[in-house]
Amino acid sequence: MKADPTAVASGMHFIDGNEACGEGAIAAGCRFVAGYPITPSTEVVENIARRFPKIGGLFIQMEDEIASSTCVQGAVWAGLKAMTVTSGPGISLMMEHVGLAAITECPTVFVNVQRGGPSTGLPTLPAQQDVMQARWGSHGDYEVIAVAPSSPQECFDHVITCFNLAEKYRCPVFFMMDETVGHMLGKVKIPPADEIEVVERVYTKRPPGEYLPYKIYDGDQPEMVRVGMGHRIHSTGLTHDERGYPDMNAEAQDKMVRRLCSKINDHVDEISIAESDQVEGSDVTIVSYGITSRVVAYAVDLLREQGLKIGRVRLVTLWPFNEKLIKDVAQNTKSIIVAEMNLGQMVHEVERVVAGKVPVHLIGHAGGAMIELQTIMDKIKEVAS
Amino acid sequence: MEKLNVFASRLLPTEDFVCSGHRACQGCAEVLAMRMVHKELGRNTIAASATGCMEIITSPYPETAWRIPWIHVAFENPASVASGIEAGYKALMRKGRYPRRKINFVGYGGDGATADIGLQFVSGAMERGHDMIYVCYDNEAYMNTGIQRSSATPFGASTTTSPAGKVSIGQQTWKKNVPEIMAAHNIPYVATVSPSYPFDLNRKVRKAADVEGPAYLHVYSACPTGWRMRPELAVQIGRLAVETGVFPLYEVENGKYTITQPISEFRTLRDYLKLQGRFRHLTDDVIDDIEARLRAEYRLLEAKVRMTHEEEV
Repeated sequence: MKADPTAVASGMHFIDGNEACGEGAIAAGCRFVAGYPITPSTEVVENIARRFPKIGGLFIQMEDEIASSTCVQGAVWAGLKAMTVTSGPGISLMMEHVGLAAITECPTVFVNVQRGGPSTGLPTLPAQQDVMQARWGSHGDYEVIAVAPSSPQECFDHVITCFNLAEKYRCPVFFMMDETVGHMLGKVKIPPADEIEVVERVYTKRPPGEYLPYKIYDGDQPEMVRVGMGHRIHSTGLTHDERGYPDMNAEAQDKMVRRLCSKINDHVDEISIAESDQVEGSDVTIVSYGITSRVVAYAVDLLREQGLKIGRVRLVTLWPFNEKLIKDVAQNTKSIIVAEMNLGQMVHEVERVVAGKVPVHLIGHAGGAMIELQTIMDKIKEVAS
Repeated sequence: MEKLNVFASRLLPTEDFVCSGHRACQGCAEVLAMRMVHKELGRNTIAASATGCMEIITSPYPETAWRIPWIHVAFENPASVASGIEAGYKALMRKGRYPRRKINFVGYGGDGATADIGLQFVSGAMERGHDMIYVCYDNEAYMNTGIQRSSATPFGASTTTSPAGKVSIGQQTWKKNVPEIMAAHNIPYVATVSPSYPFDLNRKVRKAADVEGPAYLHVYSACPTGWRMRPELAVQIGRLAVETGVFPLYEVENGKYTITQPISEFRTLRDYLKLQGRFRHLTDDVIDDIEARLRAEYRLLEAKVRMTHEEEV
């Protein structure tokens, strides 16, 4: 499917990441946003509030984040593509409903314009501290998808990726922006609608009597229904069987939870997006994501000019974690550095996968400012020597 | 309760507990109201603050405008934290660890923190009956994050998330009546106050502090920045709000309603709306509709006054 030409703002724009994120959501077919004002994410919904009335979308400002993250799930079941947008304390409040979206297999996009935490923390300054929260924040076993953009252009491009993945895998998807990328102005090219690939929701063609909401028929995921199709379905946050009815015992739990996890874990290759550059034969490979990866790219370029052999890996998809890629890196480099705007989150995942094969170092930062170029260059030089 | 019927500006306390040097915008009537509330409450007060303008402007490290113990908590829960402080203090006083004395436990937040995200927490605190005061400083939108609508934003106001334009009139819902919600908790004291009526404010704050149990104050807080208004009009707009029936000043004392600034003849609503850019797109029919509804609400309030005083007649 292609995007709706009447809604997409095709052309060249000079906008910030937050605005680009809203435009991307519109291009992806999102017509429902529920949100709550919170710095530094508010411009996303302010743009949506201006744009939606003209294209038949609906934005509701809810009374809090708990209401926002469940309101969007109601809209999804009603038949719309929907997202909620928040930051910091807001994403913490939404955590219960990430689990709800996971267990009900409700394709919901959670945009998190990350700021420094914990608690109120640094409302106006960036961080990448919510990476593990995105993965583990709600209770129970489940899998999510998380994507981290590094430029306004990617805020447009990859929010579309998020919507497409949400529909394809019927799971909560996090768009892990941060304050810097959200407020960074840049050139954003919005292509013509017929060049934007949009994954549409798979609605069942089975008549009401023959349809079960959580049974896998032909595809990889159960088929959805929407309001007005005539099906009566039961959607619940309790452990359920294929009929959607609560079925609370160890067997049903095992079957359901394993499927929630395997539907993501078995498709890492299809989901994962990453850049890998000159890793083979390098002395050091630096792994980063989001806004930090841009400083890293510059540092790597400068050091390569000085003759250092440095590999560079950028994770666009944070979750599911691309174990194969990192294992591969560990076999082709002498040491790994993870640079991230937190005190060490993704580095644990890298260490787990590398399993001692090569040394893994961290360039950490508590948030509030970008990691400086010099800090990254110094660490690379130190590890490389 | 102490009889209080003499008012004069020279009888006001001279000491301030919310001090100058804060970072509020020019013409902020919210911080003016907060200063007056705490002037009356005095030194023996502990305040729990929601996230919002009044937190941000009074507390950027290493400065503080506060001369009383003050705690900033999350956005939604100053009422819960104030409840905890009150309950903890009470327990320690009962055990004889602290001397028994009257302390004002205050939780405060803006209209977003009170009417939206914090409503259940304010409700819980009022229901549990803590001896505390909750103050809502209502500037009718999320001003701290840049003028987004709240459920306390009046009908027709343009904000960044309820923008007025060709398709939308701006805010499409009527202002949530939080003082009435609080009155429905059957707490000893609920009042609406405005810094434009300082003696009325003073008297109500004193009553709120003196009652046993929870009290709720809803403070009209003009915001020139968010309302697109000249800052020097912040006090005048508060008087116009009362005179046009937009924000009636009343109190509910043990269930009994009293209008403390009765209006015999309303000024036209246009006098109030025309000073504020957030309403400039409103057409005559819409203004007439708003005015009709305000009159109906005022009649309902008058009826409540009559009904709750009936047995005395």
